[in-house]
Amino acid sequence: MTDLLPDMARPEPADPPGTPTAGPDYSRLVKPDRVHGSLYTDPRIFADELTRIWYRTWVYVGHVSEIRQPGDYVRKSIGLQDVIMTRAADGGVHLLLNRCAHRANLVCEADRGNSKSFRCPYHGWTYRNTGELIGFPFNQGYGGKGTIEGELSLASVPRIDSHQGFVFASMAADGPGLAEHLGEAAGELDRLARLSPDGEVELTAGWLKHRTRANWKLLAENETDGYHPQFVHGSIFSVTQSPIGALYSDKSTAVTRNLGNGHSENDLRPEFRRIAEPMRWFGTTQARVPGYVRRMREAYGEAAEQILVEGAPHVMVFPNLFLAEIQVFVIQPVSAGECVQHSTAVQLKGAPELNRRMVSQSVGSVGPAGMLLADDTEMYERNQRGVAMLRPEWLDLRRGLGRERLDDRGLKVGTATDETGMRGFWARYLTLMGAA
Amino acid sequence: MTAPAGQDLDLPQIEQFLYREARYADEHDYDAWEALWTDDAIYWVPAGGDLTEPGGQMSVIYDNRSRIATRLNQLRTGRRHAQSPPSSLRRVISNVEVLGDTGGDTVVGANFVLAESRERGVETWAGRVTYRLRLVDGELRLAGKQVLLVNREQALPTLAFLI
Repeated sequence: MTDLLPDMARPEPADPPGTPTAGPDYSRLVKPDRVHGSLYTDPRIFADELTRIWYRTWVYVGHVSEIRQPGDYVRKSIGLQDVIMTRAADGGVHLLLNRCAHRANLVCEADRGNSKSFRCPYHGWTYRNTGELIGFPFNQGYGGKGTIEGELSLASVPRIDSHQGFVFASMAADGPGLAEHLGEAAGELDRLARLSPDGEVELTAGWLKHRTRANWKLLAENETDGYHPQFVHGSIFSVTQSPIGALYSDKSTAVTRNLGNGHSENDLRPEFRRIAEPMRWFGTTQARVPGYVRRMREAYGEAAEQILVEGAPHVMVFPNLFLAEIQVFVIQPVSAGECVQHSTAVQLKGAPELNRRMVSQSVGSVGPAGMLLADDTEMYERNQRGVAMLRPEWLDLRRGLGRERLDDRGLKVGTATDETGMRGFWARYLTLMGAA
Repeated sequence: MTAPAGQDLDLPQIEQFLYREARYADEHDYDAWEALWTDDAIYWVPAGGDLTEPGGQMSVIYDNRSRIATRLNQLRTGRRHAQSPPSSLRRVISNVEVLGDTGGDTVVGANFVLAESRERGVETWAGRVTYRLRLVDGELRLAGKQVLLVNREQALPTLAFLI
């Protein structure tokens, strides 16, 4: 590489062959106003991310509404780990690694279902849906029952916690708690739940899975990039005469906020407060959803007016959960150059009038054929091809750096189109990657 | 072979219609393709899972006639990045069978294999298509098209062309 770039102080992604893996110095790759292209392409960096981010900090896994009944289970992921999220007989939620303790076969092949136990197809070992080994055929080979059960079980993810039904997990036994990790983002999950007259979000509309040949961070950065919508989504905005584009313009009063800990938001509330029409955030009027509006006013009293005007959060929760107003996205990393986007429509308990519309709007917008997301994904995949070019080495992050301010919570705020959110993402990234 | 009831359609006539619909889609002839649909049309590509209640569940595509128009209008802007440039497409339709009729429409099943080439690479798409065909003023029209992808349970790449 150095012969190609003789006169530039190229950071050091490459160790000489055979060197013990000290790995890159991430402080040389992540700067306050730019990040190095190798962060999106280097398989060793991806391996470091698995260890230092995906298997360490809190990662979103699934939602309790996906496993309502005792015995319900769904297969999810944490980084590259295949994880079964189960509901035990006592109502507890468990996260089990999908790996038999005998010969490492997958014990669960179905994406979802209901079962008190998982039976490995290879030699018939059977586990309770809380992980304990309860059967191993021809057990005299192990000295009979009551022998190996204490030693061999499905592995449980060390830490599990939830907020508003959103289940998060950490593969590290020790570390900051979920509340500390979520910080300011917790209130955004609360804000989403408050759009339900019953105060509950449900993720029960099924998931689209969009295979994306791009590094996962391109997605995480884009989720609160208010600069791209007019360009990437201009086609659908013009065809539908959508007012969304105007929310992300030079004239918009919306702001981009670094929520801390890598979380960020496009806060559209200033625009909706200025317009001051209930349900405008949903592209409708209160007259068209009278049952919902009535139930909200019954549930929240005077506070309902603010909720109905301000609408839903547009928040990226580090590293993999995106609250996209009426959708939820989950980013699943696969390799340095590939990831999967999972998307579903938000469903609000007690709001049937809204729920079908949210599914319909989401089906039109997101997923592999979505009139918005297919174009985002085209950008991610072209970006991934772009970062393979050696020059310029950096991706620029300086937009709005000179006009950031602190809000009354002490959080950094930029205009609707500034890269304040991305800078917050990378600050957190560097903290986790650098402090190994 | 004729349709069991209702409409008097023979298999060659049906096949010719299906091939024409496929050719319009392969060649991005949006106007000709759009003109095939009836006003109550449903164009549906289910995701994995439940096929019984499309209105309450996520689908890859679930377009009524109005949304078909929106989708095509977006393509017509030339700024639908996921189809700019358009994918190069060719599909083969086979195993065409008249399955019965429903509400006066003839239900036809077929299998398809489709090669899609973009700068990203070549994707192979395959699946089962169920069509609802209707004679309107002597012309065959498309009242429904459901495309069950063989890999619908897996993560799918971008599907921004007409399938």
